Amino acid sequence: MSEVAEKICCQNLWKVFGPDPASVFDLVDSGASKQEVLEQTGHVVAVKDVSFEVRENEMFVVMGLSGSGKSTLIRCINRLVEPTKGTMQIEGTNLAQMDQEELRELRRHKLSMVFQHFGLLPHRSVMDNVAFGLEVRGEKGTEKEEKVARALEQVGLKGWEKNRIHELSGGMQQRVGLARALAGGAETLLMDEPFSALDPLIRRQMQDEFIKLRDTVKQTVIFITHDLLEALRLGDRVAIMKDGEIIQVGTPQEILTNPEDEYVSEFIKDVPRGQVIPVKSVMEPAPVMVRCEQSLEDAIEEMKAKRVTVAFVIDNGGGLKGITTMEKAIAAVREGVTQAEDVVHHEFPSTSPDTPLDQVLPLVAEGNVPVAVVDGQQVLLGVVSRPALIEALQLGDGNGNGNQK
Amino acid sequence: MSATAQKDDTKEGFGAASARRRTIWRALGSGVFAELSPIAKSAVGIVGLAILIGIVTALYNSVPAEGDPGIAINFPEEWVFGWEAIKWIDSLVDWVVVNWEPFFIVIRTVVLGILIPFRDFLQWLPWWLVIAGTGLISWRMVSTKFGITAVGFLVFMSFMGLIDLLMLTLAITLTATLLCVVVGIPLGTVAARSNRFDAMLRPILDGMQTMPSFVYLIPALMLFGLGMTPAVMATSIYAISPIIRLTNLGIRQVDSSVVEAGRAFGATPWQLLRKVQVPLALPTIMAGLNQTVMMALAMVIIASMIGAKGLGAEVLTGIARLEPGRGFIAGISIVFTAIILDRISQRLAKRPETQLAA
Repeated sequence: MSEVAEKICCQNLWKVFGPDPASVFDLVDSGASKQEVLEQTGHVVAVKDVSFEVRENEMFVVMGLSGSGKSTLIRCINRLVEPTKGTMQIEGTNLAQMDQEELRELRRHKLSMVFQHFGLLPHRSVMDNVAFGLEVRGEKGTEKEEKVARALEQVGLKGWEKNRIHELSGGMQQRVGLARALAGGAETLLMDEPFSALDPLIRRQMQDEFIKLRDTVKQTVIFITHDLLEALRLGDRVAIMKDGEIIQVGTPQEILTNPEDEYVSEFIKDVPRGQVIPVKSVMEPAPVMVRCEQSLEDAIEEMKAKRVTVAFVIDNGGGLKGITTMEKAIAAVREGVTQAEDVVHHEFPSTSPDTPLDQVLPLVAEGNVPVAVVDGQQVLLGVVSRPALIEALQLGDGNGNGNQK
Repeated sequence: MSATAQKDDTKEGFGAASARRRTIWRALGSGVFAELSPIAKSAVGIVGLAILIGIVTALYNSVPAEGDPGIAINFPEEWVFGWEAIKWIDSLVDWVVVNWEPFFIVIRTVVLGILIPFRDFLQWLPWWLVIAGTGLISWRMVSTKFGITAVGFLVFMSFMGLIDLLMLTLAITLTATLLCVVVGIPLGTVAARSNRFDAMLRPILDGMQTMPSFVYLIPALMLFGLGMTPAVMATSIYAISPIIRLTNLGIRQVDSSVVEAGRAFGATPWQLLRKVQVPLALPTIMAGLNQTVMMALAMVIIASMIGAKGLGAEVLTGIARLEPGRGFIAGISIVFTAIILDRISQRLAKRPETQLAA
């Protein structure tokens, strides 16, 4: 099997609301739709035979319209809603077998949750709200305070500890909710439409900040949203739900290029690919990489061999120091410069891996140098050239629904 | 299925309940009747009424001029066993009072154990301290204007020589309120968490609230005799309904998403209650306390009829001795007391920390 650990494994999960849920299965087996079941028995089939896995440190987004069952599904993971049938395993432990005490331990240490309408306690200050999860599991004193302070700093609310909740804007309140979830150090974060109650500008900002947060905080995240754009921007993998069933699961790329049925196709029609696809899914390894100490002649040889005119100079840790062109290299050799690092341009177009293609386009359009993709420590992850970028933007289904620009 | 699922299972199929009602109505034979036009239905009604009047008139006519009219007109007296029932209850009460004496002694001890020290303390306070203290509390908790008003009321009562009696009435009222709070809030909490308990409790509370306050004096008198204990007991039972109801309501009305968040972080039901539900329900619970205090004061005045001394007794004496002046002045003092207690306890319900803003 895969080396990546399966954090959460859900198999054949059902949730039926009503006085006698078990009675509904015969009807469903005979092919009745959610509407038909409702009319005939008055029961609501919220989650219908859902199976999925979430890998460790993955950002798994479940997207669907109202009534698709996504909120019910996420609540089945921590048993805020009791599933009717099926299995749910967290790190290999079967959720259904847990008694109330074990369930509480699970909720206190392994899982934490962020809610659409924040779920904050209005009679408590910001820091007392963030400390809630820690309090519940019995932590006290300086250790608790340190965790609270750290969480607040991570969400950018340092200095707001003593304020009352009603003094904060919506976006800030949700950050408190997020800090509360992070304070306990849980490895899995459940997020139920956390940004849906915020206005569009703040929503965008929060999404960006959350992406940045993911660099420093390693967590498995299950994220619910009704906004396809949000799902494609944030998710490592996206699951699309309709009427309680999962229609398709895949990376944003896969969803956009291979929609599984008409429902998904309809959805992606209006998605501007350039805004959604991060440059990391389009980048390629740099054709020519030379280390600082290597000689210029080596660099020139490699460039000739690979038929490119640009070489990327990196240090021992993989960090990008600069670039050099064929012309410059040749000129330098004639002047007697030997080492690669002496000739580099320290200014070059670069971008972070999560930047959407739209934003990379201007960088590529300017120079004839491929754009370097680097992480927070300037380590070179790959490059993206103009042709590759344009091809990715134009890829669409046969109707030419690719590049809307 | 667990409790969480149960909460979602309260709805049957849509339309099932009203469909059932329709069937029963039909089955009761009004099927044909229901098909008629409104005019026809009225005609049937009038004819039916005429027939009924005819029958009763015929009965009266058939009866002999003298002697017992018989079963046609009067309910036969031999069938009445109300007198035995009354005697039976009398002997039951006697039996209870005799056999359960330790139980009643315990109640009496507890009640007086709270009441007497409290009363003694309040009456020990010098008059100027009472006035200043009340003025201070009113000023801090309500407003400057009310602080002055409260002081004015108390100065009036001092000049009327009623401060000691006021302290006594206050002691009884607050003791009864304390009992209501100690018993009522837990009951309200249990009712908030259990639908079944709530359903059981509701008719009892309804009955308790509609019964005239007077009526509570009777069992109190029977079980505790005359004096302060029956006054406190009758008052507590009379005044407890609002706080039970409003504690129940307050806890049920706490924003369910906040409670859900509490559960998601692994809070036990007790932790939820203590950290989430009760703090958020506090405004409503305090409103319940306010109503309980007011009802307690009202009842304490009435309880003066069974021996509780205080302002109520003054009013009663005024009535008995045909001294309207005495009754009036004591009555006005009672009104003043009510106003002060009301405004202060209302303020408890409006503390800023308890206001929601999210």
